[in-house]
Amino acid sequence: MTRKATGVFGLVALLLLMGVSLFVGVMNVSPKDLWHDPEAMRLMGISRLPRTLAAVIAGASLAVTGTIMQMLVRNRFVEPSTAGTGQGAAAGILIATLFFPAVPLFAKMSLAAICALISSFGFLAIVRRLPPTQPLLVPLVGMIYGGILGAGVVFVAYQADLLQYIDIWMNGEFSGVLKGRYELIWVAAAVAALSYLVADQFAIVGMGRVASISLGLNYRQVITIGLVAISIVTALTVVTVGMIPFVGLVVPNITSRLLGDNLRRTLPITALLGAVLVLASDILGRVLRYPFEIPVGTVFGVIGAVVFLWLLYARPGHAR
Amino acid sequence: MIRISDLSYHHGRTQVLDQVSLTIPKGGITALVGANGAGKSTLLSLIARLTPLQTGSIHVGDLDVSRCPSDMLARNLSILPQNTEVAPRLTVRELVSFGRYPYHKGQPTSEDHTKIDAALQDFDLTPLADRVLDTLSGGQKQRAYVAMTYAQDTDYILLDEPLNNLDIAASRSLMQTLRHLSQEKGRTIVVVMHDLNYACAYADHLVALSNGKIRAEGHPSQVVTNGFLSSVFSTDAHVHHVDQVPVILV
Repeated sequence: MTRKATGVFGLVALLLLMGVSLFVGVMNVSPKDLWHDPEAMRLMGISRLPRTLAAVIAGASLAVTGTIMQMLVRNRFVEPSTAGTGQGAAAGILIATLFFPAVPLFAKMSLAAICALISSFGFLAIVRRLPPTQPLLVPLVGMIYGGILGAGVVFVAYQADLLQYIDIWMNGEFSGVLKGRYELIWVAAAVAALSYLVADQFAIVGMGRVASISLGLNYRQVITIGLVAISIVTALTVVTVGMIPFVGLVVPNITSRLLGDNLRRTLPITALLGAVLVLASDILGRVLRYPFEIPVGTVFGVIGAVVFLWLLYARPGHAR
Repeated sequence: MIRISDLSYHHGRTQVLDQVSLTIPKGGITALVGANGAGKSTLLSLIARLTPLQTGSIHVGDLDVSRCPSDMLARNLSILPQNTEVAPRLTVRELVSFGRYPYHKGQPTSEDHTKIDAALQDFDLTPLADRVLDTLSGGQKQRAYVAMTYAQDTDYILLDEPLNNLDIAASRSLMQTLRHLSQEKGRTIVVVMHDLNYACAYADHLVALSNGKIRAEGHPSQVVTNGFLSSVFSTDAHVHHVDQVPVILV
C-alpha cells in the first residue's frame, strides 16, 4: 500500500471509529436522541467526546514517542512504557503524592515528567554500554530496567498504602476520562505534533552517531530533545489515562514495515495508526463484557502481543 | 588541503597518535595505510570531529576543525560511516536525500532535488532509486552510501575502509568512481584502506602510520618498497612492479 492510500484509509477508519465511540457505552444514546434529549447532549459533552478525544490523542502521541525512542536507541524493540520512562513517571507522581499531596495536578505532572526524563537518560546510559552486535539485549535490558523501577514504585506504594493509585497509573483506561479532568493530554498532543518539525533529525539519529555528525547535526541536542518529548508525553499519559503498553512498540513497527523509516513522510501515518488501534481497543473493551468494561491497556496488550508475534515471525517482506 | 599539526591522542593510557604533523594535499586520493591499531581510523575521526581533539590542531581548508560550527563543517567535509550492521529502512533516494540535510534542514528545495537526482545518476543508482537498502547487495548498498556522501557536495570526502565486504568488481567500481570524483570534480578524498594493492593502484598520495606516528608519505610508487613492508607492516612480502605500479603478491 502506498503512503497516500494508507493515509486515506486510516483517516476514514478513524472518523468512523470516532463516530462509533460516541454512541457506545453503558448509557444507551443514539444519534437522534441528541436532537431532543438534553441529558444525551450532556453525556456527550462530559464523557463520550472527552473519552474519544483522549483515546485518539493518547494513541497518536504514544505511537509517535515510541518511534522517536526506537530511533534514539537504534533498536526496534523498545518503547517508553517498557523501558523505564513510564515507571519513572509513576515514581514521580508517587513522590508528589507522598511528599507534596497539596500541590496542583500540573505540578505533579511536571515532577512525573522530570522523573521520566531521568529514568530515560538512565536507560540510554545503560544501552550505550551494551555491545552493538547484540541488538536483542536492548529490549531485554529495558524490560529488566523498567521492571526494577516498577517494582520499586509498587513497593513504596504498598508501604504507603497507595496501591490503588498505582493501579490507575499503570493500567491505562479511559472510563475515568471526564470533561475538566483530561485536558492535560492536549499538551501531549502538542508535543507529539511539535516533534514532527524535527522528524528529519530523529531519522538521521536513527542512522547512528557518525552519520548524524557527518551531516552537521548536534547529536546530543537531538537526543535530549527526543528524550524530553518522550518524557513529557509519557508523564502526561500516565497522569491522565494511565500507561498503555505496546502502543509505542507495535505501531512504529507496522509503519516501518509498510512504509519505511523516512519519518518526515511516515510519522503522520504512525500517529494515525496509533489513534485508530487505541480507539478500536477502547471500543472493544466497552462492548466485550457489556455493561462492564475491560481496560484499554489489557485489550491492546492482547492485540499488541498478537501483532508483535506476527511481526517477529512473519516472513519479512523487505525487512532486515 | 588538510593541515594537521602536533596532533596527539590518548585513549586511557594508550598513546594512539603521537605528535602527528601532516599535510594532505588538495585534490586527488590520499590513502591512509598501516597495520591494525596504527591509529588510522582515529586520525580520520579526529579530522571529521567525530572524536574531540585533545592536543594539536587540524585545519580543513580555512576551517579550524575544533572551532567551526557543525553545519559549516558538514558543508565542507563529509565522512562515510563505516558499514553499519543496523541500517534504517530507507529507499536509496531517501538515503541520498539525507546527504542534502546540511543545506535544506528538513525542507528540500528544487536545487536539492536536482542534486539528489544528479547523485543517483552519477552512481548508476537511478534504476535502484526506489529500492529499500536492505534488498540491495553489499556493493550496491555501499554505492548508495557513497552517493549520499557525494550529495553532501563537500570539497573534502573521508572514507573509513569503504572496501570492507566488497568483492573485487564492487571494489574496483567504487575506487574508479572515487577517482572520477577527484579528477573531474576536484574533490579531495581521504581513504583508510587495508589493501595496499588498491592503495597503490588508485591513490595519488599515500600516508603510512604505525604506532601512532607517520612512517612514510608520498606517491605510492616511491613509498611502497620491500623495506617499507617490513618496517611498517613487519612482513617479508615482496613488492613487484606492473606498469610502474607497485604490486604485492600475497
